Formats: sequence, structure tokens, C-alpha cells
Amino acid sequence: MKQKLVLIGAGMASGRVLEHILAQDPEGWEMTVFNTEPRGNYNRIMLSPVLSGEKTYEEIVTHDDDFYASHKITCRFGEAVVQIDRENKVVHSNKDIVPYDKLLIATGSAPFIIPVQGKDLPGVITYRDMDDTQAMIDASTKPGGKAVVIGGGLLGLEAAAGLALRGMEVTVIHLMGHLMERQLDPAAGYLLQKDLEARGIHVHCKGATKAILGQDRVEAVLLEDGTIYPADLVCMAVGIRPETRLANDAHLEVGRGIVVDDQMRSSDPDILAVGECVEHDRQLFGLVAPLYDQAKVVAATLLGQDAAFRPVQTATKLKVTGVDLFSAGDFADAPGREDIVFRDPARGVYKRLVIEADRLIGAVMYGDTADGSWFFGLIKDGTDIAPMRDTLIFGPAYQGGTSADPLAAVAALPPEAEICGCNGICKGTIVAAIEGGATTLGEIKARTKASASCGTCTGLVEQVLASTLGNAFEMPAAQPICDCTDLTHEDVRRLIKAQGLKSMPAVMQELGWKTSCGCPSCRPALNFYLLADWPLDYTDDAQSRFVNERNHANIQKDGTYSVVPRMWGGMTNPRELRAIADAADKYAIPGVKVTGGQRIDLLGVKKEDLPHIWADLNKAGLVSGHAYSKGLRTVKTCVGTDFCRFGTQDSTGLGIKLEKRLWGSWTPHKVKLGVSGCPRNCAEATCKDVGIICVDSGYEIGVGGAAGMDLKEIERLAKVATEQEAIDLTVAFIQLYRENAKYLDRPYKWLAKVGLDWVKAQVVDDLGNRAALIARFDLSQSIYQRDPWADRATPQAQMGFTPLADMTQEAAE
Amino acid sequence: MSWLDIGALDDIPPRGARVVKTQHGCVAVFRTHDDQVFALDDRCPHRGGPLSEGIVHGHAVTCPLHGMVIGLADGLAKGADEGAVATYPARVEGGRILLDAARLIRGRAA
Ligand code: SRM
Ligand SMILES: Cc1cc2nc3c(=O)[nH]c(=O)nc-3n(C[C@H](O)[C@H](O)[C@H](O)COP(=O)(O)OP(=O)(O)OC[C@H]3O[C@@H](n4cnc5c(N)ncnc54)[C@H](O)[C@@H]3O)c2cc1C
Ligand code: SF4
Ligand code: FES
Repeated sequence: MKQKLVLIGAGMASGRVLEHILAQDPEGWEMTVFNTEPRGNYNRIMLSPVLSGEKTYEEIVTHDDDFYASHKITCRFGEAVVQIDRENKVVHSNKDIVPYDKLLIATGSAPFIIPVQGKDLPGVITYRDMDDTQAMIDASTKPGGKAVVIGGGLLGLEAAAGLALRGMEVTVIHLMGHLMERQLDPAAGYLLQKDLEARGIHVHCKGATKAILGQDRVEAVLLEDGTIYPADLVCMAVGIRPETRLANDAHLEVGRGIVVDDQMRSSDPDILAVGECVEHDRQLFGLVAPLYDQAKVVAATLLGQDAAFRPVQTATKLKVTGVDLFSAGDFADAPGREDIVFRDPARGVYKRLVIEADRLIGAVMYGDTADGSWFFGLIKDGTDIAPMRDTLIFGPAYQGGTSADPLAAVAALPPEAEICGCNGICKGTIVAAIEGGATTLGEIKARTKASASCGTCTGLVEQVLASTLGNAFEMPAAQPICDCTDLTHEDVRRLIKAQGLKSMPAVMQELGWKTSCGCPSCRPALNFYLLADWPLDYTDDAQSRFVNERNHANIQKDGTYSVVPRMWGGMTNPRELRAIADAADKYAIPGVKVTGGQRIDLLGVKKEDLPHIWADLNKAGLVSGHAYSKGLRTVKTCVGTDFCRFGTQDSTGLGIKLEKRLWGSWTPHKVKLGVSGCPRNCAEATCKDVGIICVDSGYEIGVGGAAGMDLKEIERLAKVATEQEAIDLTVAFIQLYRENAKYLDRPYKWLAKVGLDWVKAQVVDDLGNRAALIARFDLSQSIYQRDPWADRATPQAQMGFTPLADMTQEAAE
Repeated sequence: MSWLDIGALDDIPPRGARVVKTQHGCVAVFRTHDDQVFALDDRCPHRGGPLSEGIVHGHAVTCPLHGMVIGLADGLAKGADEGAVATYPARVEGGRILLDAARLIRGRAA
């Protein structure tokens, strides 16, 4: 007979218990999980990135419906337990009574609400769960909205940063003299405050809240000193208290939390407790690392194994993108303690180590926290630091005479140094995973859970990878394209040309592909290499293209598409605008947007409608803008000599000429151009793949700019006197890129590999080669410069956009 | 089983897919490189992506939205991912694609 285990709370601690039980004894238990929240276990600590918009709720779900279903766990989500009846060994919810053999209380904490007038007004929100987060997101949609966050601790500041990123005007009110006083000393608190203020967050320290004002909903916050801050939203983040009401009512032993022994048993041996609701050895816990240790012990106890919970030191980081702080241990001033301080005002760096009896007992760092885990290791291990006292503050790189190489710091860490604080993963575990074959961050995450929670240690994990694997990790160039082959992109490009391989089967056969028909990584790359090298011989393979390029439209998250007609050089006219407006009406387009590329996007088009809207737009002379392709996207221009008093050349005209020459060409990654009429650079040409700045004496051509995931200024390729030369150089450069770059390398990445000098030698200095490149480009364009919209106007092509069959009319039996 | 002719094999490109609309959503019908056909719900278990628009490789498809790989024969997510989509009986006879009509009408809960 299976034992009945009932869990109260589906939070981070009980979720970990489930995983341990399922890993060791998947069949032994019949499990029921109650949760007040109408959902299962998600990564609560990632609510801040959800609030700030850097992640979605879906991305932070730890256990989804499938998890619970496949492990046959009964879920009672949205159903709170209201009573534990120990005598009959049942729990009561509002709906039901459920028996247990063993019970686990994992009810977490409840936010503390300061008992002031107005605390119950609508618009006053705490910060604990997804509903709170959503309420804050909703409140932030009001333009110009104002938020007051009460509490300048970890949670309050993460809330403040998130709300500010959402566009709210935010004030933080903090009772103490400096922010995060439990984790930071005043100096670090000051730097933090400065950083937050630089982001537009107003900080009011030594502020005591007197009342929250408002009629039907919150309107302002009044402080004891008389200050009033208007507020559309008040987030109260002043602390938490263990959620112990059920345990209290059931007469379990409760102090500040539910009292548990080393085996995580409450005063009733059949009832265990875990997480923020417990008190162990008079201590409470508010970070996940110790909770995960507790979860391990709970599982062991339930499975009849020996285990004892021993709290370990925890370290703190603030999850606000761009703010780097670290704190661990005890850093209060006291007799017998000394500190070592390092400051670099220019960089905003502050580090302080607290030493007692030749042992490091506390560390606070701001601005540069790379050595945090090394210091944390010294604290936890009680290492005698006397021999390295003089250089201690400079971190591990300076110990034992090693160089100041950042990787050396990580290489110097001992195996037991903790890398991932959330999951308690030390360096040795990660190295073991690497020795077991893991070579990527993803594999490390999957095998060890390191960096799988809050993610702040991602950089460290990567450094462990780099220091353990050496070049194998640093040089992705040596990586094969995918699992289908051992060859690199560069090898394959070379062999396609050298062996005259002109079809996909030829490549796969001659180069020994290990799979029947490739995979989504290699096939799009091969398709590009083949069509770029053999424009006349190769037939483009639609099935080897990503959906956007196959359907000639960007797929959206709901499966609809976007349609972006070309507007040459950003110019348009009433006829085109009318055609776009008519199409938007006719196809009930939910969104019409001006893009960052000087043209108009029709968003949310149904797949079946695509060929029809294209045909309508075609009639007005509009063609595909290839807003979806690894190919020429846009040529941004400014008004230039046509209208602008500063214009030196016809930048608009040159942009249009370039766009007309280059459109329709496929490239390794997308290509964007900009042409500005003078160095004021209104077309933002200096961050484009090719950027041209017009000057009185001619045209300055730059290449390798970027403004996406990396920000790069163009580098000067050449300065030329005539428009024709500017066009020639641009075309030759693009063809060189098409012939040589690795698939999915933007020009700047490719340039970093081959060097600007080599490129100059090919296209600037060698006129014969320049002409040959241009000729090969034009040859390719003779095949590929076709409007995909017009091509798909035939009934045959349109059929591909419709369902194969429609059975919606068939009745069910 | 009541086999229903829903179209010609050549209506689907090799390593491609088309959909069949049913009352409970679209069913994606895949044709692999070796001319086998498979029918699955056209909804990725991750976030509902249209699997019919994914790249087909071997007997698997990669979802176009975030790259989950789904086995065409069993509808199960491959690799480290978890998740499953309903599959429907499908076969090819004389160049025609046949699906089980009863299953299509009844939906995934068969
Ligand atoms: C529509 C547009 C945003 C807008 O509303 O303005 C847009 C939308 C998308 N961009 Fe962009 N980008 C748009 C201008 C830009 C710009 C600004 C610009 O071009 O001046 C940039 C930075 C400049 C640059 O590229 O260096 C930009 C950098 C990116 C990147 C990062 C590229 C990189 O190499 O770092 C991606 C991701 C990628 O391509 O891999 C991306 C990818 C995307 C995708 C295609 C994401 C996707 O794969 O689904 C977006 C499609 C949304 C949709 O559902 O249709 N988008 N994107 C802009 C279309 C311009 C156009 O008319 O074609
Ligand atoms: C915004 C935010 C950021 C954080 N950042 C970090 C961080 O960076 N690092 C870190 O280590 N920690 C962080 N924490 C703390 C961490 O999330 C908690 O320590 C952890 O979630 C506690 O786990 P738990 O299982 O004890 O409780 P919880 O995860 O809170 O789960 C308890 C669950 O029990 C449910 N419940 C309560 N009563 C009942 C009942 N009677 N019946 C049924 N269900 C009930 C609740 O609804 C809740 O879902 C953060 C917390 C928040 C809110
Ligand atoms: S449009 Fe571009 S910036 Fe905006 S969400 Fe999509 S990819 Fe990101
Ligand atoms: S919806 Fe399929 S992978 Fe995200």
C-alpha cells in the first residue's frame, strides 16, 4: 500500500522535496499538494525579472501541469488548507477532507503589513507571489504613473527597479539610515543609492510611514516628517513573517516559526515542515539555499534515511540588472575586529573585508563582485588568512603569485568553493560534470542545476567551463556545426567550394553527415552556403528554411504573422499609405506600427490571408520588405540635401539606390545599411552593418557596426569621392561577406575573425577583385532578386498557405 | 478504424507539413524525407507553437517558436525537455494520405 503524503504549499521548498522523493522512490507515495495560489511551483525568486519585463511567467515555471500529471500527483491548486486534524490525521480545505499518513507543512511566509491607516486601500500591494507581481505590472501601464515602495531591502529594491523599468516614477521609503542595512554597510549602501538614483529612482532614507492616503484607492503616502509622496501604487516590502497559522491552530510547537528538529520533524512526528515557515535552532530562513538543504533532509526522513539539517552561511546578491553587489557573513564593527577596505571612486567600486582572529568573517562588495564566491569560501571554511593578509583584498588572482588574469581567479578556486549559492553547487561538482562530458552552460545547468535558479552565477559557471576546458570552450570556432557532423562551418564552406558540392545530398554524402537529413542547425546554413556559392546550379530548399523565410513573414507568438512592405530609403507617398491603410482595414489587422527601420509593420495577419494581402499591396507597387530574412533588411536614410540645411550629398537618393541594388539578396545574417547626409548622422549610420556618412568632399564608408545584442561603432573601410564608388564598395563588401562568413555571423563578428585589413585588401586596394565580387553579386541577383509576394500570387503557391482539409463541419459521433 | 482520404501525398512537400482543421484545433500532417506521414496536434506543448511550421528532420520536428524537438511517431519532446502532443493514426496508400476519421472528430482524448 502506498503511503499518503499531503503537502501544504506548492512553493520552492516543497517543490524540491517532491523532486527528491520522485528521484528516489517514485512509486512509494500517493501525493496530494494543496496550494493557496492557483498554480503550482514556480521560481519565486525570479518574480523580479518578470516584474521588470526581462522574463515571462512561463519562463519561471518550475513544475508545469505535465510534471504533476506524469507523476500522478494530485493537485489542489487555488485550494487552501484551513485546518489540520491531527487526531484523525486529515486536513480540511474549504471543499474537502483529505487523509494523510505523513504531512508536510511548507506554507512559506506572509508579507508583513505595517499597521497604518489606509493599508487596505486598493492599490496597496505586497510583493510575494505572481498575483502581486501581475497587479504591479497592471498598475504600471498607466502612463506617468507614480509608485511608492515602502522598504529598502532586497525585495523592495527589486520591486522599485522593476517598476522603474516599466516606466513608473518610483520613490523608495526606507526606515533606516541606508539601504539594505542587513546586508550592506553604509558605504556600500551609499553607492547603491547613487546607482538607483541614476536610474531615476528617488530614495528617502530615515523615512517612517505615517499613513497611506486616499478616498477609494491609494493616492499618496504621508511620512512622519510631513513629506507627502503622491502614489498610484504602493508596494509594501517591509519584511516577512513565517506563515504558521495552521501549525498554531493544530497546537504544534511554534516559536517565530514552526519548530523543527534536525530531521525537519515538528513536535508531531508525522508532521514535517520545510521552508520559510520553519524555525530550526532558533533560526529562521529567508533565502532558498538553506531551504534546499532542508528539502533534502525532509525527503531522507520520509524515506527512512539518516540525515540532519545543518544551516550553512548564506550570501546575498541583488537581482537588479546592472547593479553588482555581494554581501556575506557578519560585517558589523565590534571590538577585536579589523577591516580591510578598497575603494575606486572613479569606477564606483567598494570592497570591505571584516577580519577577526585571522579569519575572514564578513565581506561586502559593490561594483566589482567577481571575487565574491572566493571570499565566501574563506568565510565558510574559516581559513587562516594571515599569510595572505596583505593582498587578500585583491582576490584570489593575487595569491600564490599567479597572474591577474580573470580566469586565473576562477582556476585558483578550490573544488569546494561554492559557485551557485541558490543550489549549493560547488566548483568540484561543475568540474565533475565537465569531465563527464558537459561542454556548454546548458548542459551544466541540466546536470548540476548550477545557475538554474536566480542566474547571477552564470558568468562564474562559464569561467569554470573556460578554465576547465581551456580552448575548447573559448574557441567556438572549433565547434562542429551541429551533432550531424564533426566539421566546422569554415571547413564545410571550404569543402563545398573545393569539391564542387552543389546540392544538399551531395554535401551530406561527401562530407559524411551522421544523420539522414540534417537538423535545424545545419540545414539552413547549408542551404545558404549552397545558394551563395552556386546561384545558377542550386535550387533553394524551402524546407531547410526557418518558418519566417519559408513563409516570407515573421511568425508571432500566437502563430500569426507580420507583413512589412519595403519603403525605399524610408520614403513613401499617399498612394502607398492608402494601400496600407486599406489592407489594414480589409484584413482586420490588429496592429499597425512604424518600425525602427523606417517603414510600416502590419502585425497579426492570419496565415491564410498572407497571399491575399500581399497581392493587394503588390497592386499599389509595394513589395516585400524582407523584414524576416537573413538578407538585406533596410537602408535607413535622412532627408539630406533635398530638404536639410546641413545636407552635403543626396543621402536619400544614395540610400534608395543601394536598397534597389541589394534587396532580395540572401546573406549569412541580416544586413542593415544607413546613409546620413552629414556627420550629424540622423540616419544612425554609424551602428549599421554598412554605414555611409556624406561629407562635402565625398562619402565615408564604414562597416561592421551593430546595435542589437552588441553595440559596435562602424570602422572606416574607405573614403571615396563619388557616389558610384560608394555603391561599388558597398556591393563588393556585401559579396565578400556572403562568400566568406559563417552562417549567423553578422558582419561585425565576421570582421573580428578576418580583420579589417584583409577586407580592405580585397575590396579597396584590389580593383580587379572588387569588380569580380560585384559581377558575382549581380549574377546572384539575376536569380534571387525576385519579389516573393508576386511569386506567391499563383493559385498553386497560395494553396500551400491553406489547410489540407477542413473537418470542422464533421459532427462528433 | 474508419480511414479517411484527406489528400495526396504530393500535396505536402517532403520534410514539410500541412494542417487539417478540426473542431478541436488543427492537426499537423507531416511528410518525412522517406515519405512516411505522421499526424499530431499542431500545438507545441511548450507554448502552443504551430509545429506544422517547424523544420522537419528525420522523424522529428523542431518547433518554430523556441526550438523544442518533438518526435513525430510518439509526440514526445526529445532531449532534456518534457512534454507531449497527441498523435493520430495516419498512413499512405496509393499516393493518398489516410487519417482515422473517428479519431480526428473525437479529438485527442481518444
Ligand atoms: C519590427 C522591429 C521592431 C519595431 O517594432 O520597430 C523588429 C522586430 C524584430 N526583431 Fe529586430 N526589429 C526591428 C528593428 C531592429 C533594430 C533597429 C534597426 O534596424 O535600426 C535592431 C538593432 C540594429 C541591429 O540589427 O544591429 C534590431 C535587432 C534585432 C536583433 C539583434 C540582432 C543582433 O545581431 O544583435 C534580433 C535577433 C536576431 O536577429 O537574431 C532581432 C529580431 C527581431 C524579430 C525578428 C524577433 C523574431 O525572431 O521573431 C522581431 C520580429 C517581431 C515580430 O513579431 O514581427 N532584432 N531590430 C523592427 C523592424 C525593422 C524593419 O523595418 O525591418
Ligand atoms: C520577489 C522575491 C525575490 C526573492 N529573491 C530571492 C533571491 O534572490 N535569493 C533567494 O535565495 N531567495 C529569494 N527570495 C526568497 C525565496 O523566494 C523564498 O525563500 C522561497 O520561495 C521560500 O520557499 P517556501 O517553499 O518556504 O515558500 P513559498 O515559495 O512562498 O511557498 C509557499 C506556498 O504555500 C502556499 N500556502 C501558504 N499557506 C497555505 C495553506 N494554508 N494552504 C495551501 N497553501 C498554502 C502559498 O500560497 C505559497 O505558494 C525572494 C522572494 C521574493 C518574493
Ligand atoms: S521586437 Fe525586437 S526588441 Fe522587441 S521584443 Fe521582439 S525581438 Fe525583442
Ligand atoms: S512553443 Fe514550441 S518551443 Fe515554445
